[in-house]
Amino acid sequence: MADIPTQADTTASGEPVIEVNDVWKRFGSLEVLKGISLAVGRGETLVIIGASGCGKSVLLKHIIGLLRPDSGSVVFDRQEISTMPKMQLAQVRRRFGMVFQGAALFDSFSVKENVAFGLRRHTDYSEEKMSAVVAEKLRLVGLVGLEQKMPGELSGGMKKRVGIARAIALEPEVLLYDEPTTGLDPIMADVINELILRVQKSQNATSVVVTHDMQSAYKVATRIAMLHDGRIIEVGSPEEIQNTHNPTVSQFIRGEAGDLIDTALG
Amino acid sequence: MVTVLGSTIENLISLIRGAGRFSRFSGSAVAGAFVERPKRRVILPLMMQIGLQSVPVILATGAFVGMVLAVQIYGQLHRMGAESLSGAIINYSIVAELGPVLAAVILAGRIGGAMAAELGTMKVTEQIDALRTLGADPVNYLVTPRFLACLVLVPMLTLYSDAIGIIGGYIMSVKYFHVSEFFYWHQTKMFIENWDLMVGMVKSIYFGGAIGLICCYKGFQAKQGAEGVGRATTNAFVASFVAILVGNFFMSLFFRSLYTFLYE
Ligand SMILES: Nc1ncnc2c1ncn2[C@@H]1O[C@H](COP(=O)(O)OP(=O)(O)OP(=O)(O)O)[C@@H](O)[C@H]1O
Ligand SMILES: [Mg+2]
Repeated sequence: MADIPTQADTTASGEPVIEVNDVWKRFGSLEVLKGISLAVGRGETLVIIGASGCGKSVLLKHIIGLLRPDSGSVVFDRQEISTMPKMQLAQVRRRFGMVFQGAALFDSFSVKENVAFGLRRHTDYSEEKMSAVVAEKLRLVGLVGLEQKMPGELSGGMKKRVGIARAIALEPEVLLYDEPTTGLDPIMADVINELILRVQKSQNATSVVVTHDMQSAYKVATRIAMLHDGRIIEVGSPEEIQNTHNPTVSQFIRGEAGDLIDTALG
Repeated sequence: MVTVLGSTIENLISLIRGAGRFSRFSGSAVAGAFVERPKRRVILPLMMQIGLQSVPVILATGAFVGMVLAVQIYGQLHRMGAESLSGAIINYSIVAELGPVLAAVILAGRIGGAMAAELGTMKVTEQIDALRTLGADPVNYLVTPRFLACLVLVPMLTLYSDAIGIIGGYIMSVKYFHVSEFFYWHQTKMFIENWDLMVGMVKSIYFGGAIGLICCYKGFQAKQGAEGVGRATTNAFVASFVAILVGNFFMSLFFRSLYTFLYE
């Protein structure tokens, strides 16, 4: 990863695949994103950290066009996602995979049909090939032989992993992970970290990972960006973030409440 | 005064916005039937599920509608000494007026409520977003088949309900109140035309479409949480109920005028 230089502004090195330009978004009276600019280079893994409720999931949904910005733009591979018509957007999304925070498995489909959903829509694989691909993806997330289970029969962590298998099934160029390791035991969390790295290497995939799990962040990140109060307040390599001088960032990554309480109490 | 006016205007604007959203939603659901015709694999299980489940309740309501109409109408006509007309009036109500309306109301609760809850749950658990990311259009994929199923099922179930209602009305009138069987059917045949049957069917096709679109729309509009899903379900039922009653009134009026125009 040393060949990818890092910098502490909001522009990625090399050719950016995803560009978020001054995006603003409000829900009713709640201003969630207040001018976010961010670029993600090809093959890079950008980790987004930030407090609960600060808008990380909202930002991720802007990147894949599930939400449209009030102002500003999102550009993917030189095409503007934020204003793209529905039909075209559906085509572009073929190149994305998204892991939802709550897994978002289809309740009425088996694990196999969940993982195969994108394959059925976008490929004409034979039933055999389909089963083989599904089995392979389930193996990668440590869920061998669970094809016929229904989502209701799975634990939270298992659902999350099926969600990951579904997102990587089509081997997309860009993967968006919303808290992929939350709710997993430490060993399984590390399996997922390894998986994120492996997907990135083997497919040269570009990844954006939202997480609270700093261990995971340090392990998978090319760069880490911190979202705070609707803005990106710092971007840098894991080392740079670890040695930050920004008190908000430093507090967050160490998980310290002490200072915050002191400042709050004056 | 100014604030009252202001909030009225605001309400009016949000009402118009809502109507716009609903029209666009309905438009793409209907267009979906042509763009990407739902597969039989999707639509048949759906119809089995919502259709079969509704048969018992629709038969029960149909029977009671027929019987209660018999009680009321016989009572009135008996005082006027015109019991022999009861067949015509009961059966007219069943096929063209009360029958389709009540069947639709029951089905709005049964089918519509279930659809709104199902889609609402999919909305709040981000399954609808997940469909989008996997390249499926949620309206085509979820709403179009449900809309088509309702369009077919509601009239079909209404026919069941009508049939059992006619039997119920007959049993009460002829067996219980001892109206002459001959006159009961004779008057029915004299006064009920294919036109009335057609009106009833057209109404229930409209009711079916309205239930399908409104309930799916409300499901899609569900706000976060279990509470959001509950509210969406209630809203779906209330809105369907209003659409059924208001639609029924205008269709009755319209068909009445059309009939006069064509035949009188
Ligand atoms: N569709 C929506 N409608 C209204 N408000 C929303 C919507 N989506 C998100 N919000 C609000 O935007 C804010 C940011 O939400 P978001 O889900 O992005 O937080 P987050 O950073 O992902 O938090 P967490 O780490 O807890 O997942 C929250 O206050 C949330 O209530
Ligand atoms: Mg989130």
